[in-house]
Amino acid sequence: MVSGVMSETAQHIPGLFARVIYDATGLAPSPWASWAMGFVVVAMIFLPAIGLFAVMAIWVERKVAGHIQSRLGPNRVGPIGLLQSIADGIKLITKEDLTPDGADRLLFKLAPYIAFAPAFAAFLALPFGPDLCFEPNLAVGVFWVLAILGLEVMGVILGGWASNNKWATFGAMREACQVVSYEVPLGLSIIVAVAVAGTLNMVTLGHLQGGGLHTWVIFRNPFVMLSFVVYFIASLASNKRAPFDLPESDSELVAGYHTEYSGLRFSMFYFAEYAAMLVVACIQTALFLGAWHDPFGLIGYYYEQFTRTNNTAGLVALNFLAAGIFVGKALALVFVQMWVRWTLPRPRIDQVLYACIKVLLPLSFVLLVGSCVWQLVVPEVTGVPWQTYNPFSPAAWRGAGGTMVTQVLLALVGVGCVGAIVAWVGYAFVTGRNLKQRLTDPSPIPERV
Amino acid sequence: MPTCLAQLDFTTVATGVLFYALAAVVALSAVGVVVSTNIVRTAACLLFALVGVAGLYVLLSAEFLAAVQVVVYVGGTLILIIFGVMLTSKSAALTTGARRGEVAVACIIGAVMLACLTLILLRTTFTSDPMDPAAPYPVVALGTALLGNYLIPFELISVVLLVVMIGAAYLAKARRGDR
Amino acid sequence: MNNLATIFAVGLHHYLVLGAVLFVSGVLTILTKRNAIGILIGVELVLNAACLNLVAFNRFSHGSGTALDGQIFALFVIVLAAAEAAVALAIFLNFYNNLGTVDVERASDMGEK
Repeated sequence: MVSGVMSETAQHIPGLFARVIYDATGLAPSPWASWAMGFVVVAMIFLPAIGLFAVMAIWVERKVAGHIQSRLGPNRVGPIGLLQSIADGIKLITKEDLTPDGADRLLFKLAPYIAFAPAFAAFLALPFGPDLCFEPNLAVGVFWVLAILGLEVMGVILGGWASNNKWATFGAMREACQVVSYEVPLGLSIIVAVAVAGTLNMVTLGHLQGGGLHTWVIFRNPFVMLSFVVYFIASLASNKRAPFDLPESDSELVAGYHTEYSGLRFSMFYFAEYAAMLVVACIQTALFLGAWHDPFGLIGYYYEQFTRTNNTAGLVALNFLAAGIFVGKALALVFVQMWVRWTLPRPRIDQVLYACIKVLLPLSFVLLVGSCVWQLVVPEVTGVPWQTYNPFSPAAWRGAGGTMVTQVLLALVGVGCVGAIVAWVGYAFVTGRNLKQRLTDPSPIPERV
Repeated sequence: MPTCLAQLDFTTVATGVLFYALAAVVALSAVGVVVSTNIVRTAACLLFALVGVAGLYVLLSAEFLAAVQVVVYVGGTLILIIFGVMLTSKSAALTTGARRGEVAVACIIGAVMLACLTLILLRTTFTSDPMDPAAPYPVVALGTALLGNYLIPFELISVVLLVVMIGAAYLAKARRGDR
Repeated sequence: MNNLATIFAVGLHHYLVLGAVLFVSGVLTILTKRNAIGILIGVELVLNAACLNLVAFNRFSHGSGTALDGQIFALFVIVLAAAEAAVALAIFLNFYNNLGTVDVERASDMGEK
């Protein structure tokens, strides 16, 4: 009976800790205790962690914005301005609680929470580690996260409408247009990745990418690489991140849908936006960029070893390392989102919709068809590589077949691109040169006076 | 009393509590839809009803359908409805109430219908062939069925959606020259 | 006291009664709303009640093996409901452009000013 309870509880996040407790004390927690532990973890550890992320992300955004615009960003409050977000938070909490005259009070007060809840709920399906997923048996994990993210739109629309304010209504309608249009390329690019991976379950997706850099889903297929780019752009649009931040465009609509919101309610919208940025980055990491795996496949290899030898301490350490890698990759993508925001100008709403319907939508259809044809024509090595070969033995790599060549080539292309970008930015930083000017003005002829 | 409490295992209680919570949300939202006079509040109540029904689908081991409900109904149809509300109302507070006589007739019809349905449902015994709630959701079976047994309805529905897109685009393209 | 277990043990009847409540709410909405979009909302409630019934039957009366017929039926109903909402809204927009209002009471004044 004890082992029956163990196998049932070992599937939820307290399962790893339940195993630890069982190994240490010999007591197996009942399902009630397991549920209570999970509730405590979510309420006491997880939600505050996401809140802390949102607070730090606001600081990072302002610093990134500053440095991209050749200024310093916040640097007064605390060392390098680290406490700026806390100061902002205190300011927002102590602001007067206004409801505009003529606004629908109930909907006005409810809208920020409708926008806020889905962004946080989506975290519950994300695989932070091989045993660190709240619901590892959620067979429709990816689709479920997409669905939850789509609920955020309703909060924005209701908030904009209930404010009884022209600008807010414009912002709400633009938001509805934009999100609904961009959901199609968003979904299609996810379908490309899911078709290649063969599963919607996020933990299985993570395990599938465990054999090293070349097994990451983004490198399986040139079409998947392009659909990663399509997904990135579409996710920027669905998060109302610049260059698609028309719903809150500061220069046109005062503040768009959150014009009439101040204080704590405004901070709910703001937190929802940053939490959604992290969720979207986590989806991209889990689906395309190898979830919690390092580029060498060592985590997968050691996970399999530790599971076989029942090494609980090693599993706990490995899980936390995996979670760190997962969050690290997601944070890198969040940084790229911030980078894009402060680099690109804002298009008009018709240009935004043009980009969606006339560029991204046909492109994602072509990518879907191309990826499916590729899968039919090019035979694939299925299964998780570390289950079929030992990554430490070169002989096993030779036996894996020619299909790995595509993946390895694409991996090299990907590493090359990232390396080129890093090298370019580093060169500019180190030599202090304005590279764009150098590249467009090759040989300035000195003026003859 | 301890014996009957001991009969309650975690899964039953959890399912029961979740069902009653979600059922309360759905029922109250449905009542809100009927009762509210402001059309935007009606749409907001519909939002809660739809999300509550999606939660019930999860309880009924229909996770895929819950996600489809949220994506299609909430993320599509409801936004469309709110768009329609925004485009066709002159002010935010479009309150339209029915006449007293109509309300009375509607209440009588509603009460009679609810009573009949509830009595019939509670007195019928349906076949009991339950799904295993602990089994993982068979996504592969769903996909195989959609492209296997249900291929013809699947293809027909894509034709229906195409017709609807063209029709709606044509209808909504008002002859603005007349106005 | 023994009813505690039967209260918590949620069965088919619970879902069907909830479906009936949704259905009756939908019908009442259709009967009492004057705004055409309110009537559309009522229709959506009715369709949701039907889908809930279908999924509940699939779970309790049709579930051996991986029989998902009820869920596929409900899937098609959801898709068709979305399609029908789109057409209905297009019609309402046309109606609004012609008559200046979405009040269905005015629909009987066909062309009379």
